[in-house]
Amino acid sequence: MRTIVFAVFAAAALVALPALADEPTIQLKPGPGLDKVEGNCGACHSLVYIQMNSPFLNAAGWNAEVTKMIKAFGAPISDTDAKDIAAYLAANYGT
Amino acid sequence: MLTRRSVLGTVGAGLALAGSGWPKLADSRAAGAPVSPGVPGGVVESATMEALPGKKPLIRLAYRPPNYESPLDYLRTPITPNDEFFIRYHLSDIPDVDAATYKIAVGGDGANGQTELTLDDLKKLPASEIVAVNQCSGNRRGLSTPHVAGVEWGFGAMGCARWKGARLKDVLAMVGLKPEAIEIAFNGADGPAFDKTPDFIKSLPLWRAVDESTLIAYEMNGAPLPHFNGYPARLIVPGWTGTYWMKHLISVTALTKPQGGFWMNPAYRIPVGMFPVVARFVSQENATSTPITEIVVNSLITSHTDGAKVKAGNNTVSGLAWDGGYGITGVEGSIDGGKTWSAATLGEDLGRYAFRPWSFQLKAKRGKNTAMISATNKIGQTQTAALLFNPAGYHNNVMQNITLNAA
Repeated sequence: MRTIVFAVFAAAALVALPALADEPTIQLKPGPGLDKVEGNCGACHSLVYIQMNSPFLNAAGWNAEVTKMIKAFGAPISDTDAKDIAAYLAANYGT
Repeated sequence: MLTRRSVLGTVGAGLALAGSGWPKLADSRAAGAPVSPGVPGGVVESATMEALPGKKPLIRLAYRPPNYESPLDYLRTPITPNDEFFIRYHLSDIPDVDAATYKIAVGGDGANGQTELTLDDLKKLPASEIVAVNQCSGNRRGLSTPHVAGVEWGFGAMGCARWKGARLKDVLAMVGLKPEAIEIAFNGADGPAFDKTPDFIKSLPLWRAVDESTLIAYEMNGAPLPHFNGYPARLIVPGWTGTYWMKHLISVTALTKPQGGFWMNPAYRIPVGMFPVVARFVSQENATSTPITEIVVNSLITSHTDGAKVKAGNNTVSGLAWDGGYGITGVEGSIDGGKTWSAATLGEDLGRYAFRPWSFQLKAKRGKNTAMISATNKIGQTQTAALLFNPAGYHNNVMQNITLNAA
């Protein structure tokens, strides 16, 4: 799944302006699940969206955000990854 | 790590140095972005001033998709310069549109025919000019209590420009509308990074689409639109929130059935009956929610930031007021937290859809003063004292309340 996500990411880089190469590096807090957050969430949007939406969502709130990305925005995230991502977000950027 | 306190403290220090009440930009920016008081802590930590091509530094909330707001000091004039205008995108695949090959497809099942317009075709139609505020539906979302998820805008997801373009109704007349047409839908050249993500497509009720003021604009303040504001042409819907102002417009589609999709429902919805809006979008309404439509009456102090140092005695506080196009008729200011109010002097009137500048004299007593501001429009609407909470954080027109410390 990660491979597919990264392929999409690369395709987007060809046409997006400004160039993705210029994207500022966002260093999220270290913790279990960070690799899945970077690989999945970062494929479609800057990781700063996570920092920006903190710290005011609880575990249910972050879970709803992850579900929204899958159901409403079509993010191809496996159930296992979704759980790990929501857990990371609640632990590191939750209330 | 930067804290909200340190950011505000730095802005305050700039004010003290400037003396006249204007923050020194270099000072406030050195420590981070001058974010609006009340935004989530994560914004205070992550937002920075950053200049995209063709733009002055704006408050970067996010790079991909790009969402940048104007700092307060860019909002001190009724016209916002193009390079200081805020940027808002939903999707991150943003092409560099070539004006030479650019076309707008016009048609749909509610139209009698179909056609394609080039930029030159658009410019051959009778031109119309209008000064209008473009305000993101989610402006001030970041100030919601409790906070709600989304792009955490402060005060600056808005600007006002003189737009020039063709009337949408003239474009629709080129193909002719069927009597069954109820909505006009719009798409832009930008799209999602991933093909399963819904493309950003929006519609207007027919009555609003054919209003004289609805334009397809190719000029902004006498110049081509900046890339990040919709080059080469975008929709202008004066009085309505920014969600309808489709950038990089590539299609205009007359519909006999309501436009579906995520961006019409559940996105950009307000609870039925919560806000005193007149303009309705009946074909999209349901029992509990309705699309956001016109901008609610609002005002902003732009001369001072919260916590600013002023001199004891007379001071001039100034800012902007705007609404959904009924026109601002009055602005009142208070220096005692709303106990007593006095009328502000209204400035230049650039039309009923424009920012209306205002200023008032206040007598600051030594110590802490609470300045408040409230605008009224032509149909008697005023701002609210308490937030009308809604899950998407729309229509925040709570009367602004800032502390001025007089010495």
